Amino acid sequence: MGRLSPEERPVIGAMANEIRQFLSNEIDAKKTEMARIIQDAKLKSEVVDITMPGKKPEIGTLHPLTKVLNEFKDIVIGMGFQIAEGPEVEYDYYNFEALNIPKNHPARDTQDTFYIEDNIVLRSQTSPMQIHVMESQKPPIRIIAPGLVYRSDTVDATHSPVFHQIEGLVVDKGITMADLKGTLETLIKSIYGESTKVRFRPHHFQFTEPSAEVDVACFSCGGKGCSVCKGEGWIEILGCGMVHPKVLANCGIDPEVYSGFAFGFGLERLVMGRYDINDLRLFFENDVRFLKQF
Amino acid sequence: MKVPMSWFNDYTDMSGISPKEYNDAVTMTGSKVETIENMGKDIKNVVTGKILEITEHPDSDHMVICRVDVGDEVLKIVTGAPNVKVGQIVPVAKNDSYLPGGVHIKTGKLRGVESCGMLCSHEELGLSESDLDRKPEYGILILPDNTKIGVDIRDVFGLNDEVIEYEITSNRPDCFSVIGLARETAATFKRPFSVPHPKFSENSENIADTLSVTVESPEKCIRYSAKMIKNVKIGPSPKWMVHRLKACGVRSINNIVDITNYILLEYGQPMHAFDLRDLSGNKIVVRDARDGEIIKTLDEQDRELNHNDLVISDGEKSVAIAGVMGGFNSEVKDDTTTVVFESATFDAVTVRLTAQKVGLRTEASSRYEKGLDANNTIPALERACELVEQLGCGEVVGGMIDIKGNIKQPKTLKFRPEKINAFLGIDISSEEMAGYLRTIEFDVDMEKMELTAPSFRPDIECEADVAEEVARFYGYDKIPATPLSGEATEGKRSPLQICRDDISSVLVAQGMNEICTYTFRSPGEFDKLRLPADSPMRNVIKISNPLGEDTSIMRTTTISSMLTAMAYNYSHKNEAVKLFEIGKVFIPTEAGKLPDEQEKLTIGMYGKGIDFFDIKGAVEAVLAGINVSNVTYRAVTDNPTFHPGRTAEILINGEPAGVMGEIHPDAANNFDIDTECYVAEIDLIKIFNNINRSVKFKPLPKFPAVERDIAILVDKTVAVGDLEATIVKASGKLLDSIKLFDVYEGERIPDGKKSVAFAISFRDPERSLTNEEINKVFKKITKDLEFKNKAQQR
Repeated sequence: MGRLSPEERPVIGAMANEIRQFLSNEIDAKKTEMARIIQDAKLKSEVVDITMPGKKPEIGTLHPLTKVLNEFKDIVIGMGFQIAEGPEVEYDYYNFEALNIPKNHPARDTQDTFYIEDNIVLRSQTSPMQIHVMESQKPPIRIIAPGLVYRSDTVDATHSPVFHQIEGLVVDKGITMADLKGTLETLIKSIYGESTKVRFRPHHFQFTEPSAEVDVACFSCGGKGCSVCKGEGWIEILGCGMVHPKVLANCGIDPEVYSGFAFGFGLERLVMGRYDINDLRLFFENDVRFLKQF
Repeated sequence: MKVPMSWFNDYTDMSGISPKEYNDAVTMTGSKVETIENMGKDIKNVVTGKILEITEHPDSDHMVICRVDVGDEVLKIVTGAPNVKVGQIVPVAKNDSYLPGGVHIKTGKLRGVESCGMLCSHEELGLSESDLDRKPEYGILILPDNTKIGVDIRDVFGLNDEVIEYEITSNRPDCFSVIGLARETAATFKRPFSVPHPKFSENSENIADTLSVTVESPEKCIRYSAKMIKNVKIGPSPKWMVHRLKACGVRSINNIVDITNYILLEYGQPMHAFDLRDLSGNKIVVRDARDGEIIKTLDEQDRELNHNDLVISDGEKSVAIAGVMGGFNSEVKDDTTTVVFESATFDAVTVRLTAQKVGLRTEASSRYEKGLDANNTIPALERACELVEQLGCGEVVGGMIDIKGNIKQPKTLKFRPEKINAFLGIDISSEEMAGYLRTIEFDVDMEKMELTAPSFRPDIECEADVAEEVARFYGYDKIPATPLSGEATEGKRSPLQICRDDISSVLVAQGMNEICTYTFRSPGEFDKLRLPADSPMRNVIKISNPLGEDTSIMRTTTISSMLTAMAYNYSHKNEAVKLFEIGKVFIPTEAGKLPDEQEKLTIGMYGKGIDFFDIKGAVEAVLAGINVSNVTYRAVTDNPTFHPGRTAEILINGEPAGVMGEIHPDAANNFDIDTECYVAEIDLIKIFNNINRSVKFKPLPKFPAVERDIAILVDKTVAVGDLEATIVKASGKLLDSIKLFDVYEGERIPDGKKSVAFAISFRDPERSLTNEEINKVFKKITKDLEFKNKAQQR
């Protein structure tokens, strides 16, 4: 550049710049292209067989009884219920007497009870939780009380000396049998499906009056009658009723002012229906090949 | 309770009601139907036929060919029976017919001759001799000559009837009778109902002249009524009675005994018939049993009684356990000529306790224990007398014994229709309500607005009971379904419930499966767990009436439950399992008091590559996952259930909270697990109480951390945890984190020593650390390790 005339310098300088610019652009472009080719080749060589199994961390499972119970809890929590808990070894008073089942009453026959001492039993139902709750809480009461209960039944595909019930209790001013029907219908449809047909049928429990048993149309045959429902078309799923005035009074709640209803589901039966499980023993054997299915 | 549907026609009109309609309707008014079964359901297409002609069989000398008129056709039937004659009326199983036992009869060839059906014996029709008018001959059943031809055989034997089996609840003793169920049936279908008043004639004698009755225990015997029958002719009962008894599941014995059983079914009133010859001094004394008194009951078993039991005696000996069973010494015999019919009301609790004690639950005792209507004894006796006359089996002696104690009168209740409407959530008129109540014989006084239940309804005690009666006949299905109204309540889980759910989530995320185990166990499990004889765990709540030894105590540890579940999986070749359970143990407190029910979190695992640090890791993850910190571990060498060198006590804030480790191989073997298995058992409440609930955000670090590794040589016995503690303490505030990354023994390491390496990270939240500062701390760490743990830096 030094030997160029002052006139030529800017011209040549500009030209040189242009050339340099061109070359550097070309080089950059080539570099980019080469990088792309290299990367393409690399990517090509990195192809994986996406049909091979993923590196799946093993996830565990909740017990099917817990799983369905959780669903149940979610539904009732949405309806303003709390979850009460209490003892499995229970005084006779709570398991029977306060529930209007005096000593030597034939109603005790329907529940073959395990005794610890004369006045202490393994609770044969979750209903004693009604008494505990009403003794410790003032209306309005809306609770469920799930838990283990014990009855002297030998083990087979549909019986177990230990099983789960879900007790429910609502006490307030002006609670009616229509409320009982409405609440349980909503609950049952949430669990079994909106189109479930529900039937309330008179029954007797010592601690509710009027009492009812609730049937749903057989899942298997839809009500026509089949082997699952023993030809009846209906499957019994729970017992319920208006809390007996004597029971309210036993807990210091004035039956002239307050009324309420109670219900009791059998959890195992609910879960067996849900998953088509045909043998209750599976719940307590805890074979992982069973547990992992839920 | 089983009843043939046709029996209801005696008291109400059953016409036009199909079994299905009946089932649906009475189930909805509270008489739950368990089953409806046609008595002749096993018999199909069998009719009566007249034998017109008998010819020899060309190929058999013991078979004959009959032409039989079955009304609409004449059939050719081959039979081998020796007793057939022309002109006889016989049962004919036509082509495609069915007989009891699933026998299917079709047209076929017998020795080359076509036979279009079969002639039947009474056995083939499932009939017993008592179903028949006369003793059957050997061979085909020969029906009376006046039997119509072409009639369904089920109609001939009253088999075309539906037997309904009900589930009767304990509050309705009145429904343990045909009359009671007929009343419910009539009310359900809104049809008339009446019980005909028994009619019979008596001789001019008076029972009181022959028999004296004393009730010494009026609180146990509320009413004792009796009638006497003389010139008794013991014999079989008529067919209609045998059929009805049979349909209800009662075997016919003889006319007098059958009458008492018939009354039990029809009126729900237990009755007993004594042979007067066996009542010494013609006396009946109703009294408390003597302590140790033994009576042989009708089933020929000796029963020991005491003063709490009530017996019927004749002044010398007991002749019956009141309300439970008659005595063997006074039963009706074939040559009995005079009987005393007892129709009594005994105290429900007395009968119940006696029946329980002697282990005899009879048709009578199961009715008495529910509380029978004392007003029913006389109608039942009268009906029995009517039947005696109808059956022609004796002469009714005039007069009646009737000793009454304190008979409970039905309560009169206020009738408040508006309250009942409000309670049920319906709106019906008081007239409609009264109407429902009157159909089931309530007395409703609309002036005084009062009502009285009939005496056979001891269950009606309060307004709610009346509301149920209204609801039953108004229809449960017509009660509207309304959503809950009233004051809003907050629906939520309690903190403890949330804690459990959180623990489960962490464990499930780690690949664990939740289990559910029995809480009652075998006492033998303590030996399997290798617990010493004086272990406090052996102090248990015992079940006094267990199903068996294996389920006779309430558990004080969950470890055996977990091992049982693991053993089940192990024996079923499940290679690796990781299980958990949240469940209770039951710790005795004092006699007469409830045990302390404590919840345990139990984790168990076995499988290839699983070691102590897997169970420890699981425990650490759970505790960290639910914000429990300050957890330390202490080696345990003397827990007999666990491996002496691979077991730790878990301490939360220094307080023992549980144990974890490898199960002692002997203990594992005792549960038939032949591999290393690991279990942790932790108190749930201790976890719960130590959850840090005030988690606060810490700003993210602005200045970089500086990492330094340190490798040291120490005695093999020095615990890594102790080394870590030294480093933490020496580092002070500058410590960011510390991580063990290597423990090494062997080549190039002197015997009895091990090499341990940590990565330590230092950081000051306010500024960058200088090299000098780090060196200073690091120097202190090495010095302290040397001093406290005799560690040499490598």
